[in-house]
Amino acid sequence: MFDKKELEKIKKEKDKWEKESYLETINKQPERKEKFENLSSNEIKNLYTPLDISNLNYIKDIGFPGDYPFLRGVYPSLHRGRIWTMRQFAGFGSAEETNQRYKYLLEHGETGLSVAFDYPTLYGYDTDHPMSRGEFGKCGVAVSSLEDMEILFKDIPIDKVTTSMTINGPAAIVWGFYIANAENRGISKEVIGGTIQNDILKEYIAQKSYIFPPEPSMRLIIDTFEYGTKYVPRWNTISISGYHIREAGSTAVQELAFTVGDGIEYVKWAIKRGLKVDDFAPRLSFFFNAHNDLFEEIAKYRAARRIWAKELKKIGAKNPRSLLMRFHTQTAGCSLTAQQPEINIVRVTIQALAAVIGGTQSLHTNSMDEALALPSEKAVRIALRTQQIIAEESGVIDTIDPLGGSYYIEWLTDEMEEQTYKYWDRVEKLGGVLSAIEKGFYQREIANSAYKYQKEIDDNKRTIVGVNNYQTDEPVDIPILKMDEKGEERQINRLKKLRKNRDNNKVKRSLSNLRKVAEGDENMIPYIIDCVHSYATLGETCQVLRDVFGEYDEIAIY
Amino acid sequence: MERKIRVLVAKPGLDGHDRGAKIVARALRDAGMEVIYTGLHQTAEMIVEAAIQEDVDVLGLSLLSGAHMTLFVDVTRLLKKKGMNDVLVIGGGIIPKEDVPKLKKEGICGVFGPGTPCEEIVDFIKKNVKK
Repeated sequence: MFDKKELEKIKKEKDKWEKESYLETINKQPERKEKFENLSSNEIKNLYTPLDISNLNYIKDIGFPGDYPFLRGVYPSLHRGRIWTMRQFAGFGSAEETNQRYKYLLEHGETGLSVAFDYPTLYGYDTDHPMSRGEFGKCGVAVSSLEDMEILFKDIPIDKVTTSMTINGPAAIVWGFYIANAENRGISKEVIGGTIQNDILKEYIAQKSYIFPPEPSMRLIIDTFEYGTKYVPRWNTISISGYHIREAGSTAVQELAFTVGDGIEYVKWAIKRGLKVDDFAPRLSFFFNAHNDLFEEIAKYRAARRIWAKELKKIGAKNPRSLLMRFHTQTAGCSLTAQQPEINIVRVTIQALAAVIGGTQSLHTNSMDEALALPSEKAVRIALRTQQIIAEESGVIDTIDPLGGSYYIEWLTDEMEEQTYKYWDRVEKLGGVLSAIEKGFYQREIANSAYKYQKEIDDNKRTIVGVNNYQTDEPVDIPILKMDEKGEERQINRLKKLRKNRDNNKVKRSLSNLRKVAEGDENMIPYIIDCVHSYATLGETCQVLRDVFGEYDEIAIY
Repeated sequence: MERKIRVLVAKPGLDGHDRGAKIVARALRDAGMEVIYTGLHQTAEMIVEAAIQEDVDVLGLSLLSGAHMTLFVDVTRLLKKKGMNDVLVIGGGIIPKEDVPKLKKEGICGVFGPGTPCEEIVDFIKKNVKK
């Protein structure tokens, strides 16, 4: 970007500054730390100049928004054209309660929905299964059948608002609930829009709500790609997620490397199935974390976009939409403190700013009370307002990729990209993604980073305000969400009634058809949708697949 | 030589949040204790059985899903039923403060929330372990 002579001049001037001005200053007053590091343990220099990015070619490496390599954003006008989708992840108790919360959020200016399911649902168990004990509605909403999905979206215009669903092991079935509910309401599959998370690799790596072993899990996912491409064209059939990898304790670089690596793995599997990359790749979406280090996070999103575009091009994608890394962001739940919870609002603001400046397509901002319980109405409203303030008041979205060209940001973006490729080399040497999972590579890397981070806090090498510094004795005084205690009973009764009143012959037939298909190699989605329409429950449908595919069990590493 | 304190770190139920459990397991090991980690998705029966088999002095339960009032209590009641009264039971996770006295009454002697330094857990165990 700079000519050689200019660079030489800068180098000379910089050396002079370093010697005369900088060293003199720090000799008088030493810097606060001997070494400055970001959250990925990369050493950060005192100053970045054109010398640090002298290898970059503007057109080739940076370019323009909406143009290859999409470093500056996936769309030409980005947030000047359309503000990102404000999508608060929400779900608790029964479908009725969560339906009320969705309406509340939409009334207050939310622009997309995002469903949090409870643990039994995430594992494909009905509320009345023995393993569901104690978990009803705790971490999200319980959805055991199409009937629950009907209640969850009652009076919500699902032909207009898009819905993201955090569901993985049983994603195909829960997607089936959503599709069937739309069909029953007279809304075509071609109209509904949204996302299923459907990313099993990061479940094995970090989030741990897996059900089946890798091979059949991957088959189910590719089935959704194939079906979605043909029949549900506005649906993102996967949200390849770094969020949970980061929450489990990874660094930003690990999050980036593991997530984009997972993305490539899905592409390979789909191509192996015989799908054309340009048919399915435009519907692949991503999901990243926004942690505390503002610039590192921004560089991470930028690097992710460039790596993805490069790799998809290498794979042979021709459709420009296949190269676009569209992503959702959520601020870092693991960064929230139970101490002085109100100050989490400030953390969330900084993190959300990173996501916005980093060019996110949708955003969830955490509520201040989430280290204590599920968010109260007031807490979630403040979180939503945080996004609205960034969007409407701060002015940061009036120009695209405002930090593009910053010596530091461009250097860091490049550095993170380089480190990503180094991680990929290590994974390759272990025999690829699935083999690295089996060998516990990712799990060990993440556990090491998590432990290091905790030790730094415990040893006071890293300050967390309110936790190891600036503490107060003032008691925590914010309201905690109370759930309807009758919800579980109501849900169990509803399930009992459903099992009695539905056409059980139809249920048996559809489940037995699914079993046959699962034992073969035909696409399972149409058969899953048949089961759903017959009001077979989540647990019943999932059990068929459990019988055929078996269950996954991990080797615990700490 | 003095016998090392033996600790079982356990994850009851479906909750997959294992970051805290693993960090605590490692910190206790680094503090010189013998640590056994159950891994995920344990029933109360599995946890109590492991505590008996491994002859542990301490049982650490971790849960971030909010189901602690059911799942922690299932474990402590089963421990009592099996006559395992000498095991020091502690718990950690996203636990609202009003639940803490109720858990203590059920025999969870120490409850540790987010932001707890590992050292505090180590010290608590050393002070309270019944030997």
